[in-house]
Amino acid sequence: MLTPGLLFAVLGLAALLPPFMIVAANRIVMGEGIRLWSLAGPAAVLPGLAAVLTGLGLGAVVAFPRLRIGGAMLGLGGLVWLLAQGATALLDGAGDFARVSPTIGFWCLLAIFMLTMADALADLRPGPLARAAFLTAVLAALALILWSGVLSDLSILQEYAGRKDAFADAALRHMGLAFGSLLAAAVIGFPLGVLCHRRADLRGTIVPVLGFLQTIPSLAMFGIMIPILGWVGDTVPGAQALGIAGIGFAPAFLALMLYALLPVVGNTVTGLAAAPAGVLEAARGMGMTLGQRLTRVELPLGLPVILTGLRIVLVQNIGLAVIAGLIGGGGFGTFVFQGLNQTATDLILLGALPTVALAFVAAIVMDILVDLARPTPETSA
Amino acid sequence: MIEIENITKLYDGVRAVDGVTMTVEKGTITVIVGTSGSGKTTLLRMINRLEEPSSGEVRINGDSTLSVKPHILRRRIGYAIQGHGLFPHHTVARNIAAVPELLNWPAERIRTRVDELLTLFSMEPKTFRDRFPAELSGGQKQRVGVARALASRPDLLLMDEPFGALDPVIRTRAQEDLRRIQQQLGSTIMLVTHDMEEAMRLGDRVAVMDAGRLVQYGTPADLITRPATDFVADMVGELERPLRLLSLIPLSDLVEAGAADGAALQASASLRDAMSVCLWAGRDAVPVARGGEIVGRVTFEAIRARVRRHP
Repeated sequence: MLTPGLLFAVLGLAALLPPFMIVAANRIVMGEGIRLWSLAGPAAVLPGLAAVLTGLGLGAVVAFPRLRIGGAMLGLGGLVWLLAQGATALLDGAGDFARVSPTIGFWCLLAIFMLTMADALADLRPGPLARAAFLTAVLAALALILWSGVLSDLSILQEYAGRKDAFADAALRHMGLAFGSLLAAAVIGFPLGVLCHRRADLRGTIVPVLGFLQTIPSLAMFGIMIPILGWVGDTVPGAQALGIAGIGFAPAFLALMLYALLPVVGNTVTGLAAAPAGVLEAARGMGMTLGQRLTRVELPLGLPVILTGLRIVLVQNIGLAVIAGLIGGGGFGTFVFQGLNQTATDLILLGALPTVALAFVAAIVMDILVDLARPTPETSA
Repeated sequence: MIEIENITKLYDGVRAVDGVTMTVEKGTITVIVGTSGSGKTTLLRMINRLEEPSSGEVRINGDSTLSVKPHILRRRIGYAIQGHGLFPHHTVARNIAAVPELLNWPAERIRTRVDELLTLFSMEPKTFRDRFPAELSGGQKQRVGVARALASRPDLLLMDEPFGALDPVIRTRAQEDLRRIQQQLGSTIMLVTHDMEEAMRLGDRVAVMDAGRLVQYGTPADLITRPATDFVADMVGELERPLRLLSLIPLSDLVEAGAADGAALQASASLRDAMSVCLWAGRDAVPVARGGEIVGRVTFEAIRARVRRHP
């Protein structure tokens, strides 16, 4: 039988064949692909290759999820080792402007080891706290690798080295856009959801309107915001002092918030409706007021669904915030669009990779929160 | 004492409950029985104002239910429904504590009360206090539901088909438990059911509803021997009448001196039980015991004579 473990091992072996890294004369020109075994001398390549192969082998052992996780970690370690060794060897004598970056072979192996790990973790069914601990450990390991400087010869990190301040600023802006718009959407959407829950006639109006907002393509939405907020900035006194203008942070923030409203309101309505009719009847019959029924019964029972709505919004907004770079909203999108203009792939990646990582971490953290919010502990598997 | 006076509920001009007047004595079980759509549930829900009466009035111990806010009124009246309606996210203890919490009882008093009720319902507090409803059987959930309704020692307990979701064996046991607990606590209970058997078994008084009207209100024996309308006679069941009547009369009513063969029945058992034993064993009499002591016998002949006194 073809198990995921075996499939990953076969794909992993295949991924050893295409080029692993690229070396280019400068940051713009097309580079030359280098296969894994030609990265450096045998003494440098063999330990990494051995780790990757062992990792793939262990990953195929279906019966022991812990062994597969160990294998995936060993494989990831091997990849980092190969990158570090390869970068040093390839840059040696290649000229002052030469750049090295990982390419298809590396990315495939990276994906395979991460999938192996996710698959094995899913088999172990760790509790929310165990998942939080694991996530922290992975992030700490990643931070340690980046901070130690073993990968600082890679092109993407050289792009970073030249823009440390801009990167920190972009990271703050990006999170401000994603989390801030989520917060604003929650503050507006939650009461709106409660209102829609109580009054079916309002629900019939509000939910379709929000649904319509969702269908507006993101670029068009930013486009619409520009004249509207530009007009507000020009005519309302004091608005410009608050940073409200046709381009920049404000329109991006507003657009993201509008997109976020439907999932927040929709999931609040669905979540609050999750309380069984008999339970509500009993609550009313024992003398709970409208507010007590909301806070003591409907909210706790609906919390997982409501949080799932926030999770959707957060992940969606982290991704959408990239587009804010187009209208001067800042964030990682700035690097993506600069990179596109300069055809500098690594600059694009400098914007894209942190965005992906941020969305990934946000999704896992929100899943953990959803699990913690479940009203009763799972009684059986 | 609960006084219901000329109470009416209109839905779009249709009289769901039509001018019902009845009085319920303290410390008794009153069963409201009727077919679906007879208005029995609406009548019950108007007592704790889950439905507002279109006209008429309900007084509890002399005070009109309209004199307080509905949610304050409901905290004084226990309410148990079919399918229990327990809060799935709260433990058994917190479910039972729901009304005392609304009334701001001190924590210590709530804890004592919860354990007291669990013990009363034959559920070991240590074992059950911290369980969630999903971890209970159907019968246990139902008992917790009734315990919750009784938690604050309400003036009155309203029950809407409380045993409807239980299978027959557990239902009989739950009915017996309710009787026992009601006698122990001296509670006043009004219970809605569509099951005449249940009404006869539980009710001190039975109210029969038909098309929004109260057609008869009396003791189970009244309903059997003197049905007010054909509808009541139908509900009781013509062929069932002698059997229903016998099941209401204890052996102690007919016990006479003398001996009989076979195992003895307790004096509190019904004539129906005695007749069943006579038929099955082919005997003419059964011995009657009180505690461990034989006090006499009841004869098949005496049972027949008793039934015939109520043509």
